[in-house]
Amino acid sequence: MRKKTADIVVFNVASYLLISVFAILCFVPFLMVLSSSLTDEQDIIKHGYSLIPSSLTLDAYKVALKDPMIVLRAYGVTILVTVIGTLASVYLMAMTAYVIHKRSFRIANGLAFYMFFTTLFNAGLVPWYILIMKYLHLKDNLLVLILPALFSVFYIIVLKAFMRGVPEALSESAFIDGANDFRIFNSIILPISKPVLATVTLFVALQYWNDWYLSMLFISEEKLRPLQLLLYNLVTNSDELRRVMQLSGGGASVDLSSMPQSSLKMAVTVIAIGPILFLYPFIQRYFVKGLTLGAVKG
Amino acid sequence: MKRESLLRHLVKNRLLVLMSLPAVIFFFVFNYLPIGGLVIAFKQYNYQDGIFGSPWAGFDNFRFFFISGKALLVTTNTFLYNLAFIAVNNILEIVLAIALVEMTGKWFRKITQSMMFLPYFVSWVTVGLLVYGFADFDSGIINHFLQSNGSEPIDIYNTPGYWPFLIILVSAWKSIGYGMIYYLAAIMGVDNEIYEAAEIDGANIFRRIWHLTLPFLVPTIVILVLLAIGNIFRGDFGLFYQLVQNNGVLYDKTDVIDTFVFRSLLTTREEGMAAAAGFYQSVLCFVTIIIANYLVKKYNKDYSLF
Repeated sequence: MRKKTADIVVFNVASYLLISVFAILCFVPFLMVLSSSLTDEQDIIKHGYSLIPSSLTLDAYKVALKDPMIVLRAYGVTILVTVIGTLASVYLMAMTAYVIHKRSFRIANGLAFYMFFTTLFNAGLVPWYILIMKYLHLKDNLLVLILPALFSVFYIIVLKAFMRGVPEALSESAFIDGANDFRIFNSIILPISKPVLATVTLFVALQYWNDWYLSMLFISEEKLRPLQLLLYNLVTNSDELRRVMQLSGGGASVDLSSMPQSSLKMAVTVIAIGPILFLYPFIQRYFVKGLTLGAVKG
Repeated sequence: MKRESLLRHLVKNRLLVLMSLPAVIFFFVFNYLPIGGLVIAFKQYNYQDGIFGSPWAGFDNFRFFFISGKALLVTTNTFLYNLAFIAVNNILEIVLAIALVEMTGKWFRKITQSMMFLPYFVSWVTVGLLVYGFADFDSGIINHFLQSNGSEPIDIYNTPGYWPFLIILVSAWKSIGYGMIYYLAAIMGVDNEIYEAAEIDGANIFRRIWHLTLPFLVPTIVILVLLAIGNIFRGDFGLFYQLVQNNGVLYDKTDVIDTFVFRSLLTTREEGMAAAAGFYQSVLCFVTIIIANYLVKKYNKDYSLF
């Protein structure tokens, strides 16, 4: 044990203070959302959003969940896109990493550069957007939420680095037994790469879950809206908010001023980040591991 | 032994070729085709005629982008904001990482680190809403607080002057928790015996940090900063777009190249000029990343990108 000399006491007080302040600053906005989503609308109008709810009501959640075609449907789209996108993305990236990890494959380095170059020079938003809209015709197609994010050069490099660390004798003996590359990848390399695959999977899943950019650009049909786009529309477009209210409040005649408009936004936010907050304690360490993993590249 | 021809090699390894096809097609379609599409920057684009049918415009799009003064404004904004992010975020990450490592309470350390890492996990849409909850004129927490203390409320969404500060704050809020992890990992890698030796020699904790921890962190700092400088002309679209949204009053202080390109494409529908601005940005980014990589390579070969 270290002795508690004066300098250490001073240092400890300072660092505990500093860390506490920062940790609280990072956390307080979440408290605001949760508290405001539970606060009565009249209280919000009178006192504004707050960190501690002055009243407790589930009105906003009731409105949000009343018409399942809105929030629940968006939830369904997000889950579908996240699950399919993540599985496809991780499997395909691992397969690509397998190809470029093979030193004996003569175009492996060329392929790696072909992919890597795209991180150095890209054409930017405009040609990419016009390509997807006008030439691939992917507007209002759920594939547009999955395809453009399938491959990430960074994760391919991380996966390749890991596979290079796997003893070659393993695949060689399988090769002698008559297994081909596809089999070796599926039955030897994939299972052995589980730790790094778990980390990459979580990063990719988080990205699909949180994506609003692709849907904002390419989805206008309501029934295809993922959660993040719904939230974005609720925040930026007061007509949208009013419409959701009417749908869930029972017709156009309803008095909108009595509806929980401000708290509804917060409630939808809670619904959108809820699963992440719930899983956070269990998955956090994989992310920490993943970031340091990226720091040592191969 | 004669080396087999490349074609034979590929035929023999056709399975590997096949396995690489999804990636090859993906990058061709989503990255290489758009590079060809950059000709839009030299065209007077209209939707019906498409990329190839639209009439040529020479350098008009570029000329317009530069003469309008927008080029200078958005480039300066992008550059200065990124510079501020690099400085503020790295300094805070280093200070907090050092403070966290020396922490004796294990639980305290775990919980606070989790709290600081949390913002990394939420989308920019959510962040935009969080900021709104604080900064809104009528119901925001900031004004509520000011009024309860007898001060005048402030109109943040109509006052450009607040925004550089606010944007730098939010960037720090969102990224410090994860940026810190690189520094934590670097500090953990330091041999404990060196510290013990220094302690026995009578160096107090501040001297140990200054003369031992910081020098150990220098390689990590240099690499992270250089890599960030490589992207200094790339604005964080989510941050700027979701915080500012379509609030024209604030553009002078908040418009970066990426938000300008986005708006020119989707709001004002000047595809040609948007493409020209995007092309200009791509070239800037390419040059800076090559220079940054050259510097990284000179400093430590192991960490260079290529």
